[in-house]
Amino acid sequence: MRKLLPGLTAGIIFGAGLVLSDMVNPARVQAFLDVAGAWDPTLAFVMGAALLPSAIAYLVRGRIARPVFAARFFIPENRKLDSPLLIGAAMFGIGWGLVGFCPGPAIAGLVLGAWQPWLFVVAMLAGMVLHRLFTSNQASARKG
Amino acid sequence: MEPIAPLVAISGGLLIGIAAALLLLLAGRIAGVSGMLATASTIGAGGAPRSQAVAFVAGLPLGATLIAFLVRKPDLIVTSSVPLLIIAGLLVGFGTRLGNGCTSGHGVCGIARLSHRSIAATATFMASAALVVFIQRHVVGG
Repeated sequence: MRKLLPGLTAGIIFGAGLVLSDMVNPARVQAFLDVAGAWDPTLAFVMGAALLPSAIAYLVRGRIARPVFAARFFIPENRKLDSPLLIGAAMFGIGWGLVGFCPGPAIAGLVLGAWQPWLFVVAMLAGMVLHRLFTSNQASARKG
Repeated sequence: MEPIAPLVAISGGLLIGIAAALLLLLAGRIAGVSGMLATASTIGAGGAPRSQAVAFVAGLPLGATLIAFLVRKPDLIVTSSVPLLIIAGLLVGFGTRLGNGCTSGHGVCGIARLSHRSIAATATFMASAALVVFIQRHVVGG
């Protein structure tokens, strides 16, 4: 329960926010990205508003010893601006721009009556598997 | 496509931010959807406990259903072809693993804690996505 409840609660509220703000709609997302066309500012409002509670939580984090239901905070400590980060982000952005889906909205969109999120999510999982194969190949190449 | 009132967009954004805040303060975890999906599907190692990741990922469509019933059923407009959806999905899956995050982990959580990596990643994926849309709509399709 200590693991399930925070995960489920956060997931439900997150999914609710994505639908309320229409971020589950790829056309809305692409209209934000289309700076030279009929620009739609919705995504900027959503992201700006999302940053507020999130930033407050990180400030609170500095004042409490540990999370309510966990032994400690698990915050990434890697500080390096390396090429995997930037190449990965660029690849993600290309896919995101092509169709207007990113992981959260695609998963939340599975139940909204369209078939496209299903195909996108299956392809996204396949992409994650490919990355895993790619990194294990690299690791074995380094060993060999 | 009907415009979304700024106050509605802001309310949706606040919910997303509250979700990220809850996960951090209750479980000590980053609310990154790509990472949670990788852990939930056991494709990725490490990160949140598996049960928590599964619960988070399952919560997304649950919350979506809730708003679709109570407030407004969204009208998803997807113009992309099958091959394009597959190519984009592969790129998003591979890219988010290689770059350790997506719009939520880097965008909402990373920027909020002023992580330089997340700020760089967000600038990069915003720029590449905008460039792709520009080419798609104003160069190739224009």
